[in-house]
Amino acid sequence: MRLDARTLLRHETVLAALVVVTFVVLANQSDRFFTAANLLNQGRFMAEVGLVALTMTFVIVTGGIDLSVGSILGFAAILVGVLWKKAGLPLPVAMGLAVGAAGVAGLTNGLIITRFKVPPLIATLATLALFRGLAEGISESRSVRGYPEWFYTLGQGEAAGVPVQVWVLAGAALVAAFVLERTTFGRATYVTGASETAARFSGVAVDRTKLLVYTASGLAAGLAAVILVSRVSTTRSDMGTGLELDVITAVVLGGTSIFGGKGTIAGTLLGLVLIQALRNGLALAGVKGDGTIVVIGAVLILTILVSNLFGRGGDG
Amino acid sequence: MSESSLARARPLRAPARLARAFEAYGQELVVLGALVVLMAVVGAVNPRYLSDTNLVSIFAGNAYIAVAAIGMSLVIISGNIDVSVGSLIGVLGTIAGTLAVGGHSRWVAWLVPIAAGVAVNAVLGALVAYARIPSIVVTLGAMSILRGGLISATSGAWISDLPGDFLIAQKRFLGVPSPFWFAAVLTVIVAIWMRHGAFGRSIYAVGGNADAARAAGIRTKETIVAVFAIHGFFAGVAAILFCTQLQVIQSTVPPNLELNVITASVIGGVSILGGTGTVVGSTLAALLFAAIASALIFLDISAYWLRAVLGLMILATVLADMARRRRTI
Repeated sequence: MRLDARTLLRHETVLAALVVVTFVVLANQSDRFFTAANLLNQGRFMAEVGLVALTMTFVIVTGGIDLSVGSILGFAAILVGVLWKKAGLPLPVAMGLAVGAAGVAGLTNGLIITRFKVPPLIATLATLALFRGLAEGISESRSVRGYPEWFYTLGQGEAAGVPVQVWVLAGAALVAAFVLERTTFGRATYVTGASETAARFSGVAVDRTKLLVYTASGLAAGLAAVILVSRVSTTRSDMGTGLELDVITAVVLGGTSIFGGKGTIAGTLLGLVLIQALRNGLALAGVKGDGTIVVIGAVLILTILVSNLFGRGGDG
Repeated sequence: MSESSLARARPLRAPARLARAFEAYGQELVVLGALVVLMAVVGAVNPRYLSDTNLVSIFAGNAYIAVAAIGMSLVIISGNIDVSVGSLIGVLGTIAGTLAVGGHSRWVAWLVPIAAGVAVNAVLGALVAYARIPSIVVTLGAMSILRGGLISATSGAWISDLPGDFLIAQKRFLGVPSPFWFAAVLTVIVAIWMRHGAFGRSIYAVGGNADAARAAGIRTKETIVAVFAIHGFFAGVAAILFCTQLQVIQSTVPPNLELNVITASVIGGVSILGGTGTVVGSTLAALLFAAIASALIFLDISAYWLRAVLGLMILATVLADMARRRRTI
């Protein structure tokens, strides 16, 4: 990659510069920001949104969207608690079944989208209501607590000084980047999003690609659910409400085109880091949580605006 | 293509004319039929469902969703989407309440928020049309800004002691609650205007095929800004109806309101792909969903399962709609 003007104006480069500036500013604002302890702790908070954002990158690259991830997360979280406490299953089995059910939920999205040709926005809007409803119905809005000690390792423990879920996120990111950028399946994902008709004529298994991508999205939400339950030590049916917007913001901020065909895992990770750094830095600077949401919304619009103005039309 | 245009040119016999009416208004008729059947069946099981109090709570209590769905339908027909409308309604309702309590006249308290809605959404429309940022990104950002700004400014404090003459949603006209009049009159005006007005037609053209619309001399960018501004007007009216329903205003964003508004538009027959749909359908769908939610309570379905059943019904309607559309194509 030559360091010419076009490389400099790539979305990821703009974003990386923004991340560096944010870090410098925030480190000057507060002594506590740029410490290993704080940064690792922030990684803990990033893991759930991060895992779902990785698979959401695939979904959006195919030209789709998945609004139901927050509800699938709530659904899977409730299943962990209910299968373990009410049905009396061993906790590892309950965890496995919950993640599996989340995968089936994602597959359902995929089937509605590919078999019935329902636009992804509408399909997942409908299942957003459905899966959240299932979570509320199954749990009867009661929370489940009192998990065994070992279970909290995933959400609260450390390995080699780094939070366990940061390892999980890092591993998942490597796999996702490899699959998207180095495999046939990754190429199929891009082609499906760039031009579905061309993809079909080129013999790309468009429907199978979409089914896999939405199933993966469900599985990631299920895994995030287990991590979240382990981190906060309880399950509630409203878990993950609004997660879809955090996730989509991170992915779009990372330069993935909402029209499909374009996007990278590296960009998504940069988007995640920027959002989390802003959250944390502003909190340390004394800005309340809701003020932070305002800044994130503004950063989202401005980044895409700048990228469109200088990046040769962006999505054009 | 030439075959179907030939078929159109031939004079239609009565059954064919009926079939064509069904083709044009199919979704609206399906939704209306579902509404009538639902009310008849639930009313037979539990007559209290059709009591005056309950009908008022269904139709007047949810009319603001129908009003917001009119604007949303225009946005979706123009090929865009707005996920920030729920937050905007929360913000505008709080502005209205603050003005009313602050001793301003009720007209100021009603009209300033509506003007603010038009202004905010015109900016969003300009970002979509001129800065070429996809509408989902613009409105996702706007949603964060509006929601976060509202909670930072008010800390979720309730506004009480609202003056009685400000509470327009609680008034009646000819014995019928005012929100119902707002929804009905606005729907009819916009429906006629969309079908016969030049600007209304141009919204369909822009959503159907922006390049073709531009080639035909339609100013697509101005159209999109105007559509968003009009949507802001309806969000403003919806906010006034929403915030004057009760004696207090909870200055937060009503949860999932944007989803309810988008769902009403889409179930009412507005294609998410742009270019087709009517506001009559979206208004009927908003009322249908309110009626379903109320029916579940009257049929003694556990409150915990309410949302699951509602979700299943949305899904069933979407699938039925797709099946119907594929037949007509």
